[in-house]
Amino acid sequence: MSFDPVALRRDFPIFDRTIRDGRRLVYLDSGATSQKPQAVMDAEIDFYRHHNAAVHRGAHQLAEEATDIYEGARLTVAEFLNAEEDEVIFTKSATESLNLVAYAMGNAKVGNRFHLTAGDGIVVTEMEHHANLIPWQQLAERTGALLTWFEVTPEGRLDLSNINSVINEKTKVVALTHQSNVLGTINPLEAIVKRAHEVGAVVVLDACQSVPHMAVDVKALDIDFLAFSGHKALGPTGVGVFWGRGSLLEELPPFLTGGSMIENVTMTGATWAPAPRKFEAGVPNMAQAAGLAAALKYLNAVGLENIHNHEIELTTYLLNKFADIENLRIVGPNNIESRGGSISFTFGDIHPHDLGQFLDSQGIAVRTGHHCAWPLNRKMGVPATTRASLYLYNTHEDCDALVQGILDAEKYFGR
Amino acid sequence: MQLDNLYQEVILDHYKNPQNKVLASDNDAQVHHVNPSCGDEVTLGVKLDGDKIASINWDGVGCSISQASTSIMSDLLIGKSLDEATAISEDFLHLMQSKGSEEGNPDVLEDAVALAGVSKYPARIKCALLGWMAFKDASVQAHSKEEK
Repeated sequence: MSFDPVALRRDFPIFDRTIRDGRRLVYLDSGATSQKPQAVMDAEIDFYRHHNAAVHRGAHQLAEEATDIYEGARLTVAEFLNAEEDEVIFTKSATESLNLVAYAMGNAKVGNRFHLTAGDGIVVTEMEHHANLIPWQQLAERTGALLTWFEVTPEGRLDLSNINSVINEKTKVVALTHQSNVLGTINPLEAIVKRAHEVGAVVVLDACQSVPHMAVDVKALDIDFLAFSGHKALGPTGVGVFWGRGSLLEELPPFLTGGSMIENVTMTGATWAPAPRKFEAGVPNMAQAAGLAAALKYLNAVGLENIHNHEIELTTYLLNKFADIENLRIVGPNNIESRGGSISFTFGDIHPHDLGQFLDSQGIAVRTGHHCAWPLNRKMGVPATTRASLYLYNTHEDCDALVQGILDAEKYFGR
Repeated sequence: MQLDNLYQEVILDHYKNPQNKVLASDNDAQVHHVNPSCGDEVTLGVKLDGDKIASINWDGVGCSISQASTSIMSDLLIGKSLDEATAISEDFLHLMQSKGSEEGNPDVLEDAVALAGVSKYPARIKCALLGWMAFKDASVQAHSKEEK
């Protein structure tokens, strides 16, 4: 099948509009959130228009239909990740998913495998998004566990030279990103997972920047928990996914408690429903789950491999163009090996905010700042960067517009 | 080009040649403010002579708007009384919140009217206010120290 991003763009109504006085929209901020195809919006509207009811309760037809759609969405997610249906938990965001697992571990009592005490270890990396760093900092603070991390090399790769001492017999959790939202680096999971399991630790994967862009198979990766957000994968906001290995979800205590997640309740206590319901207290984001299912079906129809190859091609194209721009420094790997389509850079002494503002005046949307990875910025020696992040609907024309915009910004601010 | 309303010559001049951008060691108060959404930082010191602002000195990293605004503010407020400085700061805050509907009074704000265009870019208002908020914080601290 031939992959045609220009044809795909027609599925995304936002590309019909213009930016800043009639300019073509060059959207290079999919790392922050992706644009949505019509099919996703239709799925949400269809839910509200025809099937709206609270799932898992209510003795009526609408409740049955709503439940079918919601549980159907769960199955779609499970198939997308090569997971079991009961291992997929809907949350409101990836941030909630990561907090869920961290807080749930904090709730584990003595004797539970997730119980942490002083002397236990939690391992993260220097390239984590705040959402996969602060929940673990907080868990360490609450339990007395020691937080340590893999460092990042000047090239923007994880330094695994000391893997056996960073992940050691005390380590209970290793939490890391699959693909850095700043550097674009795709991390080598195999060695990390192997070492973590060797010492009996669980691996929590922040897959926000990988699930939308390449095939992610939780069984093949042999990880234990995974989080991703719907809105970065063409889906709606307000829905995220938390996946956990079935046997581990059995032992993991709940995070949020309340309706729907119980087995039995008395005035003095409660017992929990099995996963996934144990982790889904309250009426969930049903229409958003329906939208996410439509998004994943769309991605499947286009083909994750096609999308990944397209992004690799555009990233290579942009890296080559960037190499020719004087004073442009790529923050992250400057080659295509094990990297995705997030490219962060600095440019001469033009501050990223000013560059971003100029690009915006040309209709080009990029992200500027520390990208919710402040410690990584410090490590890389830059207070802020400009980030272009690519997705299936981007074209060579978009990349050319960015390059031209950067060169024009130099003239503009050099005046 | 509409962007020229934002990046006026005066702003780029202050960005390239920031005024009072060297921290003194004898300040009455010194504060460190950051813009957590973008990482811009300013360290700013204030020295008072009675009720008068004897010195505003600072250091920082950030975009042209935050750096120029801090530079302009320091130039503008040094030599003023605390009350005058408060009134000018309130004028500037009002201008920033005007969504492009006001030009600012050059008799009061002097070079700072060049920042009027920022008010049309909601994401940049915090950049323009970073130094001013740091000054407010530092001057209050310096004043309360003076009173003790």
